[in-house]
Amino acid sequence: MDILIYGTINSVTLALIAVGFTLVYGVSRVPNFAHGSIYVLVGFLTWTFINDLKINYLLAILFSLAIAAMIGLFIYRFILIRLRGMPTSEIIASFAVGLIILEGLRMQGIGGFKGFIGPFYVLPPFVEGKVNIFGIFVDFQRLIILGIGLAIALLLWAFTHHTRIGLSLRAIAQDEQAAMMLGINSDRTAMISLAVGSALAGLAAVTILPLGNVTAEAGYKVLIHALAICVVGGLGSWTGSIFAAFAIGFATKISTSLFGAVWESVVLVGTIILILLFKPSGLLGKQKELEDRV
Amino acid sequence: MMKKMERRKKRLDRSIKVRSEGLYGLSSWREMTYMLLPGALFLVGLLLLPLVLDMYWQKVLCGACIYALLALGFDFLASWVGLVCLGGALFIGTGGYISGLLDAKLGLPAFFSIPIAAVGGAFICTLCLLPCLRLRGIYFAIISFMFPLFAVHIIVALNAFGGTEGISALSIFPNIWTEQYLALAVVLISLFAIRRLVKEDFGLILRGIKDNEQAVRASGINITRYKAAAVFIAALIGCFGGAYLSHLYGWLGVSLFAMDFSILPIAASVMGGMGSLAGPVLGALILTPLSEALRGFGQLRVVLYCLILIGFMVYKPEGLFNYLKRKYHQFERWEDL
Amino acid sequence: MTEPPILEAKGISKSFGGIQAVCNVSLKLYKGEILGVIGPNGSGKTTLVNLITGFVSANTGEIFFKGKDITGWAPHKITNLGLTRTFQVMRPYHSLPAYKNLVVPLNSPRVRGTRGGKFGDRDTVAIDILEELGFERDARVPYKPASTLPLGYLKRLELGRCIALKPEVIICDEIFSGLSMSEIASMIPLLEKLQKEGITMMMIEHRLRELFRLTNRLVVMNFGEKIAEGIPGEIMKNQEVKEAYIGTEIS
Repeated sequence: MDILIYGTINSVTLALIAVGFTLVYGVSRVPNFAHGSIYVLVGFLTWTFINDLKINYLLAILFSLAIAAMIGLFIYRFILIRLRGMPTSEIIASFAVGLIILEGLRMQGIGGFKGFIGPFYVLPPFVEGKVNIFGIFVDFQRLIILGIGLAIALLLWAFTHHTRIGLSLRAIAQDEQAAMMLGINSDRTAMISLAVGSALAGLAAVTILPLGNVTAEAGYKVLIHALAICVVGGLGSWTGSIFAAFAIGFATKISTSLFGAVWESVVLVGTIILILLFKPSGLLGKQKELEDRV
Repeated sequence: MMKKMERRKKRLDRSIKVRSEGLYGLSSWREMTYMLLPGALFLVGLLLLPLVLDMYWQKVLCGACIYALLALGFDFLASWVGLVCLGGALFIGTGGYISGLLDAKLGLPAFFSIPIAAVGGAFICTLCLLPCLRLRGIYFAIISFMFPLFAVHIIVALNAFGGTEGISALSIFPNIWTEQYLALAVVLISLFAIRRLVKEDFGLILRGIKDNEQAVRASGINITRYKAAAVFIAALIGCFGGAYLSHLYGWLGVSLFAMDFSILPIAASVMGGMGSLAGPVLGALILTPLSEALRGFGQLRVVLYCLILIGFMVYKPEGLFNYLKRKYHQFERWEDL
Repeated sequence: MTEPPILEAKGISKSFGGIQAVCNVSLKLYKGEILGVIGPNGSGKTTLVNLITGFVSANTGEIFFKGKDITGWAPHKITNLGLTRTFQVMRPYHSLPAYKNLVVPLNSPRVRGTRGGKFGDRDTVAIDILEELGFERDARVPYKPASTLPLGYLKRLELGRCIALKPEVIICDEIFSGLSMSEIASMIPLLEKLQKEGITMMMIEHRLRELFRLTNRLVVMNFGEKIAEGIPGEIMKNQEVKEAYIGTEIS
């Protein structure tokens, strides 16, 4: 029973982390390797706002999310925009930006910047306390994760199906050239997608980080999870990511309770390799992923 | 209203370059010197370098050679096959662990364990990366990025192969000169070998795979096999670097899979000039001592590599080597319109 | 025809996420003939070629080549059996000499052993093939970079890519498209020569008049389905075909 609950929570957590990445890749075909770093950055920013600047929690979160969105926008506007069309350069550049942010957070001694090292940074949960579900005590925070995950899923669905901007995102994701012929500005759309994707990363951060503490190393872990989910679910497929999140979420939870926590990575790698060997376009990836149009 | 251009920059080949085109390069000493001087200077300088450096910097040069091998492999894969390898650390780690384990468990001397580790490690790495070769380049980037991190996880979690502490007291090289010249020799040989290789039909097919996969498929070529061969080559030199490294310091541990080995070669490649194969080697030889000098700054180094990388990519994408080559062969002047 | 077809497609279908590109198409190609495949834009002709040559996997149906079941085979394996195709959109190596484009197929397992010239290299074989195709050796045309060649030469380069593979079947995907009348006129004898040498061809085309000079058998497609098959005279009288091209009559 607890596997069911924790499995679900784990899955939704993973889905939250991955959704921002999938959005960006689906629209601009650029894998945002800075995804994990923005996640961590928002965590630290919020912490700084709350503790050093004594700002209200909610406001701190909103500020951090706004900054995350801005950073996403800037990444596209100043760096990626010049590399459009050269896939190798795009990947390298986004990777480099991610590293700058992540390693930058760990820097020490530059202009008095102490660097965020050590397990001292904790974000308080939104609501303290636990709740008893079917005999298992579940933190409120985890339930909030579930709630926010659901809300995000619904919001995203509504956004991409009913608003102009959302629809243009979907259009570009499906066929960039056709969308451009219809007057949709692909650069602007890519900027928006990067902003939204980064904000989503930040949202995932503020929701999930209160469960533990904020470390810079988590950035790599988050990035890997996001990448794994997207590969398994099919790059660019939103529903695929959700399926993959659940598949991986449950698989890892089950293996952890059966074999111990150390096997989590092995399960992850194993799943990815299996999927790549047998269904390369991912669980729900579109076939176009594998074959180019001739 | 667009500003009316009054002048434009024109690039012309130097007359001596034109005179030394093709066979005419042999026509006189002047032309031959022009063509061979930069390469010869570089080669001789590099080979003489260990003689003038002190021990500390000699070790740095060894390190630079390892990074040069990784950068060479990265450039080869990225510019000739279109595969961006974000996990050079995978090669170093695999090569290092195999060589070290052969030494520690079987007592195999470095003379044997290094070549075995290079080839065996290359096989293993190619196998690991094989599943994603059928797919688009982005998958390769993702998988190659993930593998070193997973390797660290698994080694630490299973406490295998020495776990977090690693294994020490491996055999080291007999003297400083073997160390130095082995590394330099391998770098130079790899550079020339790969340059030669890409001029053959193999390189032609790889370029085709990068630009127009469908046409190459329709020409009866098994794309996956060629990609695997290219990955094997890059892995070969990378694993050699790892095996060499484990014997350089007589120690192996999870730090062989460090991010540093993945990033610095990329920065070196971009800075040195991607596509030229020699540029990345140059970049590594410049960037490694630089990073050594900044050792005191800790994480700042990584930030610095990445800033340099992005700077070059955005403002001077041709890279150092291509820039110097262009300047050597061409001159520019303003021309009135 | 009493002998079995060299290429046969049975009931092939393909849908791309809801759009039925090819629907239950069957056709036979006999050795030595030139089969024309025509139909309005978007009727699924190129998808059919992709399906037959393995670039796209079919949802249903089977494909047989020389008696072997090649359904689901990878494109390069099919090519190495002798079934080749041209592409509508060509992207040859821009800055390399034109003949280098033919060196790639010369490296395929099917023709690897072919060497030529004094030094036994593939470059010579490539240049010879191009010369047969009309690239004037004296004017050094095979050595020109592909980016400088006019379209007629590029089309022939694409054909050369297939010929280098010593094919038994060549599927030409709109090889006349974009060419001027004189360029087409110089290409037709080339195709006839290939047919005389025993190569079977299937030609997807829009230029009907030129096509009719070469073939005596046609297949017509519309909306992914085969709607007619036969000799040009009969086909052109077929009501459905007329509707497909011209539209229904307003009565």
